[in-house]
Amino acid sequence: METIKVQDIAVNDLPWVIEHHADRCTLCGSCVASCTFGSIKPVVERQSITVSQANQPTPLHRRIAVPIIQQVADLAKACRGCGMCERVCPNQAIHPRRNPDSRKTLLSRDNGPVKRGGRTNLNAQRTLDNIVVGRISQMTDPSLDAQRHTFDIRAPFGRVLAANELPLKMENGKLLMAKKTPPVQWIYPLIFSDMSIGALSTRAWEAVALACAYLNEKCGLPVRMSSGEGGMPVKLLESEYLKYFIIQIASGHFGWNRIIKAMPHMVTDPGGVLIKIGQGAKPGDGGLLQAEKVAEHVQAIRGVPKATLASPPNHQGLYSIEESVQKMHLSMNAAFGFRVPVAIKCAASATSVSVYNNLLRDPYKICGGFFIDGIQGGTGAANEVSLDHTGHPIVSKIRDCYLAAVKQGLQGQIPLFGGGGIGMTGNAAADAFKMICLGANGVFCGKILIQLLGCVGNEKGRCNSCNTGKCPTGICTQDPRLVKRLDVDRGAQKIVDYVLTFDQELRKLMAPIGNSSLPVGRSDALVSTDKAIADKLGIQYVC
Amino acid sequence: MCRIGSIKSKVPVHPSKALHLMLPQQEGHDNSGFAMVMQDLYGIFSNYKDKPLLSLACTQAGAHLVEEYMDSHNFLQLAEWIPVPDKKPDLDIQAMPYYIFRNYDYPEHCDSKEEREELLLDTRLALREILDCAGEGYVYSFWPDVLTLKEIGDPRDIATYFRLWDDNGCLVAKNIIAQCRQNTNYDIVRYAAHPFFLQGYTLCANGENTFYTKNKEFQKSLHRGYIGFESDSQNFLYTLHYVLHELKWPLPYYKHVITPLPFAEIDQREDREVLKAIRQSLANLEINGPNTIIAGLPDGRMMTCCDSKKLRPVVLGGDDTMVAISSEVCGLNEILPHRDMTKDIYPNEREIVVIDNELEVKRWKQ
Repeated sequence: METIKVQDIAVNDLPWVIEHHADRCTLCGSCVASCTFGSIKPVVERQSITVSQANQPTPLHRRIAVPIIQQVADLAKACRGCGMCERVCPNQAIHPRRNPDSRKTLLSRDNGPVKRGGRTNLNAQRTLDNIVVGRISQMTDPSLDAQRHTFDIRAPFGRVLAANELPLKMENGKLLMAKKTPPVQWIYPLIFSDMSIGALSTRAWEAVALACAYLNEKCGLPVRMSSGEGGMPVKLLESEYLKYFIIQIASGHFGWNRIIKAMPHMVTDPGGVLIKIGQGAKPGDGGLLQAEKVAEHVQAIRGVPKATLASPPNHQGLYSIEESVQKMHLSMNAAFGFRVPVAIKCAASATSVSVYNNLLRDPYKICGGFFIDGIQGGTGAANEVSLDHTGHPIVSKIRDCYLAAVKQGLQGQIPLFGGGGIGMTGNAAADAFKMICLGANGVFCGKILIQLLGCVGNEKGRCNSCNTGKCPTGICTQDPRLVKRLDVDRGAQKIVDYVLTFDQELRKLMAPIGNSSLPVGRSDALVSTDKAIADKLGIQYVC
Repeated sequence: MCRIGSIKSKVPVHPSKALHLMLPQQEGHDNSGFAMVMQDLYGIFSNYKDKPLLSLACTQAGAHLVEEYMDSHNFLQLAEWIPVPDKKPDLDIQAMPYYIFRNYDYPEHCDSKEEREELLLDTRLALREILDCAGEGYVYSFWPDVLTLKEIGDPRDIATYFRLWDDNGCLVAKNIIAQCRQNTNYDIVRYAAHPFFLQGYTLCANGENTFYTKNKEFQKSLHRGYIGFESDSQNFLYTLHYVLHELKWPLPYYKHVITPLPFAEIDQREDREVLKAIRQSLANLEINGPNTIIAGLPDGRMMTCCDSKKLRPVVLGGDDTMVAISSEVCGLNEILPHRDMTKDIYPNEREIVVIDNELEVKRWKQ
């Protein structure tokens, strides 16, 4: 008998256990070939069998060598539960099973903090599902007809001036604009959130960009997509389609060398600039791109060598909001001749209201949007401790910021966009609608887009391997063999179809409350069956 | 449900005319109250047209509180009309003990138009607060040449109580805006009955404003006079006042604020820059829901418009001496049976219809 070595990793220490049915296995090898993590391997197993083949019992005992699929007992190669093996198996002979007794969290800290992608796996509670659209128009104020009536589903993006600050002059009983005002674009209230080329494969980024352009060009929905920190292909920067993209600048300034060089060749202005201060998935932490994913084209776009790219947690030289306004906002506004809205994205925090107040009171009036990213936002790579233990839920934060503006009569002047967990359960329209009723002008989402492309990751620990360069769906990897798993056109189509349905569902929610334009701040349309949530958000408690 | 109506006449008319306009529509308005604002007054108020008139319903203690305040703030009483009620038994009316309509002279050193407008508003707000705190009454308007009467009960009985059926020439005006219903959505509060009044602007609305919360949250910080919010229809008045009185924009822009054009249509227009700026700066004053409004302006003009989907109708008709606006045409048929009906106007969802002081009717397309 072998001595038990309890410090050795065993398969039942891992978060997912592979169940392999040798009796159904045809030994085709597809599962092993498909597993990007090397979690399974073919081995030869010694088996002892006794068979009687004659008419009379004549048990014959044999020892045979049988090739089987075995799980690798190695933390680095632990099964992520992605289920690619199950997808490719022609005979349903293999699948991963969640192991409730996993000890991985405890045992995998030998080489510093655990890194992974995805969302928080600890704080996946759903405030939005405790809120219902409860103010339905009946009798005196009939509901609108979601099919027949027209709906104006647009959100402002840019700094909105108070009516008495508008530089209007009167001529022959008509108002005319006497001076230039800050740029404001009316966009679709769903923004494709910042996922960089690097975090995503080029094909995945292309699929999202394709969907964005298609929605604008063919469907009349002015959806905007944020580039993420890491620049954009020069071809796109110099194309007409740039107008649909919000260029992001984050603390690493990755990609800006190329963007600046492309500026003289741009044929149109970008849709906006987004200054990323922080993100909800890992507040206080900069962007992170593991060396495994810094492929040649990523090096070219970003102008970096192959190395792990860790953006600093802060924009260097920025130590106050005032400074942020003066330096970053002004220079970004100036870069595009004050024709492009410049917004700011922060991780939701206990201090978000203070930040928003400062922006609202900024005398230059050049902050064109406040994006708040909640704890349930996704990321391509972060320390797990940040993902699971830092951050702030988005729902009450949006509400707090909105009410802070209401208190000062400044609501709507700096559009609020909320993200982080929007569409986590697949119902992005309902989530967006509720956020809008609570005061958001719109929402942004990223994770759901890659889930539509095929990402199988979830907030219950499935996959979450965006950081490894081994994404089994070809979405978060730069490995050309894996990237080919993703069909760009089908992926883009999936996103387009989802957004078109999102639009219809928004109408289905706007119609019963009798609104033809977005009900920003219409908290009276919402009720909650949870008293604490109702009290916190200032909506009606019902039971 | 509400039904609203208004009369603009070259010849001063009695409130009974407004009642005749409203009563045929009673199936729609439930007869739960009567409220009216009369402007451009004649009869007993003829000699005081330039002096502010206080319209008040109160108790005796409330009357004392008001007198005390007005005296201490140097308002000199010039004239007073206290209706002597006809207290027939079985009248359906929840009457207040006193109804006071009193003209004052402005205090000294208050000469400019702006100063006077602000003073009258501040005075009304102060009186309202005093009466609210004491629970002793209601003050509806304090403005030259404007009289407001509101009461809970059956409009016919209210009219009997105030002797409004006696067309004796005492109480007449060229402009009357009226409505026959108390607020039945929420608590019965006298302040919730339209028409509402603020600095020369009078407004009543038929319908719902589903952007009430948005409007209210925004209007609260826009102006000290935007208070109460007992009814979602007050939002219409406050926005009218804000656009015309505060921002000093021409009337057609009011429609652009409350029911802005869809972006697709704005983009096609020459004035898109201005319209877009208005839409985004005043997004919180947009009105949604089915509604129609009738408003009286400080210069005596009267206007009507409806929601952007035309979910609530209104009709305007008249002859050479009188033009009336009504939720239902049966009201017009009652008081203007011989008018040319083919000239009746049913405003569409993108129109403002204005009656000027010469009874000329203008239609402005948004």
